[in-house]
Amino acid sequence: MPHTHPETELHNPQSTKPPLDPHLKALENEAIHIFREVAAEFERPVMLYSIGKDSSVLLHLARKAFYPGRVPFPLLHVDTGWKFREMIAFRDEMVEKYDLDLVAHTNPRGASENVTPFTHGSALYTDIMKTEALRQALDAGQYDAAFGGARRDEEASRAKERIYSFRTPDHRWDPRNQRPELWNVYNGMIRKGESVRAFPLSNWTEVDIWRYIQAEEIPIVPLYFAKKRPIVERDGMMILAEDPRLELLPGETKREEVIRFRTLGCFPLTGAIRSHATTLDDIISELETATVSERQGRAIDRDQAGSMEKKKREGYF
Amino acid sequence: MTAPALATAALDETAVALPVQEPARVARDSRPLRLITCGSVDDGKSTLIGRLLWDTKAVKEDQAASLQRDSKGKQNDLGLPDFALLLDGLQAEREQGITIDVAYRYFSTDKRSFIVADTPGHEQYTRNMATGASTADLAVLLVDARVGLLEQTRRHATIATLMGIRQFVLAVNKIDLTNYDRSRFEQISHEFKELALSLGVRQVTAIPVSALKGENVVYDGRAAMPWYEGPTLIEVLELATTRSAQTVGFRLPVQRVSRPGESFRGYQGTVAGGSVKPGDSVVILPSGMVANVTKIVTFDLVRNAAVAGDAVTLVFDRQVDVSRGDMIVAIDSQPMTGLAFDAQLVALQAEGIQPGKRYWLKSGSRRQRVQVQPINQLDLQSGKWNHADELPMNAIGKVHLAFDEQAIFDAYEQNRTTGAFILIDPDTNNTVAGGMITAKRATLGGIHAEDSRVILSLPADLADQLMATEIFSSRREDAEVRRVTAARAIEIIDTIDE
Repeated sequence: MPHTHPETELHNPQSTKPPLDPHLKALENEAIHIFREVAAEFERPVMLYSIGKDSSVLLHLARKAFYPGRVPFPLLHVDTGWKFREMIAFRDEMVEKYDLDLVAHTNPRGASENVTPFTHGSALYTDIMKTEALRQALDAGQYDAAFGGARRDEEASRAKERIYSFRTPDHRWDPRNQRPELWNVYNGMIRKGESVRAFPLSNWTEVDIWRYIQAEEIPIVPLYFAKKRPIVERDGMMILAEDPRLELLPGETKREEVIRFRTLGCFPLTGAIRSHATTLDDIISELETATVSERQGRAIDRDQAGSMEKKKREGYF
Repeated sequence: MTAPALATAALDETAVALPVQEPARVARDSRPLRLITCGSVDDGKSTLIGRLLWDTKAVKEDQAASLQRDSKGKQNDLGLPDFALLLDGLQAEREQGITIDVAYRYFSTDKRSFIVADTPGHEQYTRNMATGASTADLAVLLVDARVGLLEQTRRHATIATLMGIRQFVLAVNKIDLTNYDRSRFEQISHEFKELALSLGVRQVTAIPVSALKGENVVYDGRAAMPWYEGPTLIEVLELATTRSAQTVGFRLPVQRVSRPGESFRGYQGTVAGGSVKPGDSVVILPSGMVANVTKIVTFDLVRNAAVAGDAVTLVFDRQVDVSRGDMIVAIDSQPMTGLAFDAQLVALQAEGIQPGKRYWLKSGSRRQRVQVQPINQLDLQSGKWNHADELPMNAIGKVHLAFDEQAIFDAYEQNRTTGAFILIDPDTNNTVAGGMITAKRATLGGIHAEDSRVILSLPADLADQLMATEIFSSRREDAEVRRVTAARAIEIIDTIDE
């Protein structure tokens, strides 16, 4: 058997996409490898699905990894009840289109104690409606592995995150005591109750995500594209003002602006950016000249120094 | 990249000066280069990486602003923020002011993207360096131009070599503090090239660098060092090769069997070496069954070939028993299978590696029980292998591996995927060692059993040639060598025959 073949590919007649460049191909291969490894090694994997662009890429890679089979695990959406309306519509469309199993969970304390981003402040609200809700959902499903879309380039404490990130039975992460991870040999051995968060996108950067979305024609929530939308300015952020639950404070006025979102979280805590990027090309060129990082629009990161690390220790994504 | 004007412009500012934006970058057409940086805080490692991120615009304004906020006036004398804060992500590290683990950084130029494994330089963290080096294509070793090579430079170079890295860059940093002393630089690079050669590494580039001033990192330092005509650090990285030690035949460790319906049965995994195309005959190990590949399935393409690195699904022409942990390999170039192997490993945990203890070994997708017998430990200061019965944390040792069931490996030198493994302690489930296969051990019975010996009597020149070979030197400690006269040799051998 000769050992060198030109890497020519026969296109599937349905596909008109040109082959991926070697950089994205390498990232894709690595992610698919991780998906398959986790699916084979764990009894009850689940994929954390936040509906954002990284989740969209994650879902696409999962479909690729298990083709021609279905995605062999459910998607878990922790719904705070304060997501953008377009996100929920998009989520349901994806589930339908790709024949996925969806588990959506909302912390019942949200309703019973009326926990909102306005009444409880972003830190406590996030703690209850995201971190605690995630723990509830993971416990209820008895999941022993959870895929997440976190990338190491996102935030300083994530730069040291493993691809298989070990969690104690109460979902805690101990950054000082992580398992060494060599080559692409992952240690999936855990005791009952313990779990692993697996991050197939660890080595991707934000630009990689967008270039991959473009190359693979992956559907994303329309909020990422610029459009005239109603906003209100609060705490230095432009917040989308379409939900009737958003009450204007004294001195605040609603106005229309051409905006888009660089990341998507809960609408009261996610700041829009002024942008005229209406296509993926526009977004990528905007990004390549951007002077601020993507999480700059996230209120929860700025609560205090090292705030993401603290949330992660407590079981946040 | 040459834009000295930009570099000097940034230096003139007293506040945080952001490099001027360049036009949008176009698609890169090469694979990302993975590199590891070795050196200590004193050598300016954080400053060097910070400089790489800064001059390639991987740092954004808000990160610079929070850097500015956190550094509370801890600016360097060029008015730039304290780069170390960019890198030391964890609060514990900020408090102690040291880097304690492996962190990964990302930056890119028009030509390529880079993944840096940033590991600490302290001796007790050999394990972290081994972790970072395991996936690296190239090592950047950092020294202080005023100090020159240190004991730790030898240590780092040795570990990097053991982990399979064959491309070194020596960054002779703080060259500005020697008044750009050319002879000093040349002396250090000469010493380093000798060291690298002694480890068998020939691809070495030495660069005089000032990470603080940004000279010869991303932008050239010609203004200050007209005598240096070589490449900048980034130029070397752009041209470096990604690891391609996968010279052996086709390998596909099976991760899972895909059976979405009665009509489809495919074997999923990532090609770990060589290539495959429809029509090829392959062998499934350890069973030894043969099949022909009929299709290479991926999500959007039916491929006519798959090469190392590709995550694919193979379909065969016949029903064969294949399960996770098996390896699909080229029929004419098979890996080693057996119950006993020699390996080198790095002990990663406080418990060390205990003689005779049974561990889990995971290699590729295959996990099996193994008994580990330490033989030698490397003395990183002298480069000598000393006898050892157990291996403490951070030790690099040679061991014998004994399996209950057939194991399948290539030598690490030949394939960095199928020759690598981790050991897992069954009591704690923690990863306790990273290992590299060197050879299969003979497991012959009777007079050929493992503890039997062969006495050879050879002419001295032939013996010297033999002992210089890779296979001999890798097991040098197993051999007894005595030099005697030809007459004495005959005498001794005659006694055996009597």
